[in-house]
Amino acid sequence: MKNNTNINVEEIRKDFPILKRKVNGQNLIYFDNAATSQTPKVVIDSIVSYYSNYNSNIHRGVHALSQEATDAYEGSRVKFQKHFNAKNSFEIIFTSGTTHSINLVANGFKKILKRDDEIIVSQLEHHSNIVPWQMLCEETGAKIKVIPIDHNGELIFSEFEKLLNAKTKVVFVNHISNALGVINPIKKIITKAHEYNAAVLIDGAQATPHMKIDVSELDVDFYVTSTHKICGPTGVGVLYGKEEWLNKIPPFLGGGEMIDKVTFEKSTYAGLPNKFEAGTPNISGVIASGVAIDYLNGIGLDNINEYEKDLLDYATSKLLEIKDLKIYGVSEEKTAVISFNVGQIHPYDIGSIVDKLGIATRTGHHCAQPIMDYFKIPGTIRISFSFYNTKEEIDIFIKALNKAILMLS
Amino acid sequence: MKIKQIQEDLVDEFAMFEDWMQRYEYMIDLGKSLPLIDSKYKTEDYLIKGCQSKVWVQAELIDNKIIFKADSDAIISKGIIAILIRVFSNQVPNEIIKANTGFIDEIGLKEHLSPNRANGLSSMIKQLKLYALAYQTKINNE
Ligand SMILES: Cc1ncc(COP(=O)(O)O)c(C=O)c1O
Repeated sequence: MKNNTNINVEEIRKDFPILKRKVNGQNLIYFDNAATSQTPKVVIDSIVSYYSNYNSNIHRGVHALSQEATDAYEGSRVKFQKHFNAKNSFEIIFTSGTTHSINLVANGFKKILKRDDEIIVSQLEHHSNIVPWQMLCEETGAKIKVIPIDHNGELIFSEFEKLLNAKTKVVFVNHISNALGVINPIKKIITKAHEYNAAVLIDGAQATPHMKIDVSELDVDFYVTSTHKICGPTGVGVLYGKEEWLNKIPPFLGGGEMIDKVTFEKSTYAGLPNKFEAGTPNISGVIASGVAIDYLNGIGLDNINEYEKDLLDYATSKLLEIKDLKIYGVSEEKTAVISFNVGQIHPYDIGSIVDKLGIATRTGHHCAQPIMDYFKIPGTIRISFSFYNTKEEIDIFIKALNKAILMLS
Repeated sequence: MKIKQIQEDLVDEFAMFEDWMQRYEYMIDLGKSLPLIDSKYKTEDYLIKGCQSKVWVQAELIDNKIIFKADSDAIISKGIIAILIRVFSNQVPNEIIKANTGFIDEIGLKEHLSPNRANGLSSMIKQLKLYALAYQTKINNE
């Protein structure tokens, strides 16, 4: 089918071995990219190459393998520094994922927060990521305030402004909601929060696959993501933190690599980034993540964004032809995520039937219970696209969906 | 009817269909004949954990046999619980505890069986058997 963008999807699809597989006898159609993206062969190869050629522990050995592994690992850090336009490579910390990064930052504020200080989070958050802040509040006596959303799934900025005051110490908002795909006005949020000297942590797990992020331009204090959403392996997270903030907060995990000097009386911490990377990290995963970011930049995030927007518009218009279909999150500012329900049909029923037809969708509350409560629904069916998806796949999905609706009504 | 006989009947019924779609349609139909739970039991206490959809089950011992009633907010889950209830309801607790559930594989619903599946078929079986165990213990203690 015609596509006027710079993406040659037939060629790109050849990069992803998994796209050749069958599910329940049908060609796999993978529409669950918001949960995890698929992995191109170059990334898989880099993991195989690491274990075949230079597997060894980093930063510790003088031997050749260890040097090679350290160079590749640190090389990856520089790739992410450049990709995110951070001032220093040591402002990039590798973690096990977004969840780990958020916990690291929240834990860091334990010493900084005082009773009755305030933390602002949005109603759009991934609920597992609200928990670290709740734990922090229990320990420090600080309070959580929530930015509400409107019926389009957009944050109400004026309500956010009302929540800010001298007691606000941290603002935590996702760049893009994983349940709805709506892009939040983070630049405005960061600027406003800084007027009150509050630190801002942005969860970019859903943004980094679709757009170029410039942490310097955003002037954000912390920005986090998981590389399994950007064609990398599972179990690697990237945490950007401004130097001054990373120096201010204490380490999260104690262990090897994060210390400078140890006596039983007191250890002094190593400098950045090692202070936050205790123990042997996921070396092959970090290296492969660097390969993944190179791969994405090779295609170009602007091209990806344009192509995915085309898929989003196409799918949205096809879906809206279906009777009683309601899309949640209808902002102009959206990435290629569509969350919807059809009449009173349970999302789980539709998800089960389209799965039998080889189509991977996500059903349920998408770890965003507060959003589902707002819309008073048990969950939604969510389809999310990547640059290797096609309009043909969308057509097949629409047919499958209509079949499911027929069976279930 | 014995549990084993009901299972064999179900296997025969499902064997008439050629593909999964017809089997799912039949399962959805079976869901429509599910003995429905009284709405006052549609509470957290009667909810089966581990299902993406809501499935409520309630049990009663009448003449030493367990009568199950249930409901679900999803049609497929309703079909699945209806199949289980057809097999297990109106049986003595000990028979339910002992019953083998291999027939699920034979009727082509194997993919629902894995305990890691979000649909909770294995949680449903566990819950029905737990009711049987509880009633059996009660009978033994009387
Ligand atoms: C917005 C958002 N935040 C956080 C996470 C959690 O990421 P991870 O499981 O990689 O820690 C996800 C992933 O589902 C997400 O979409």
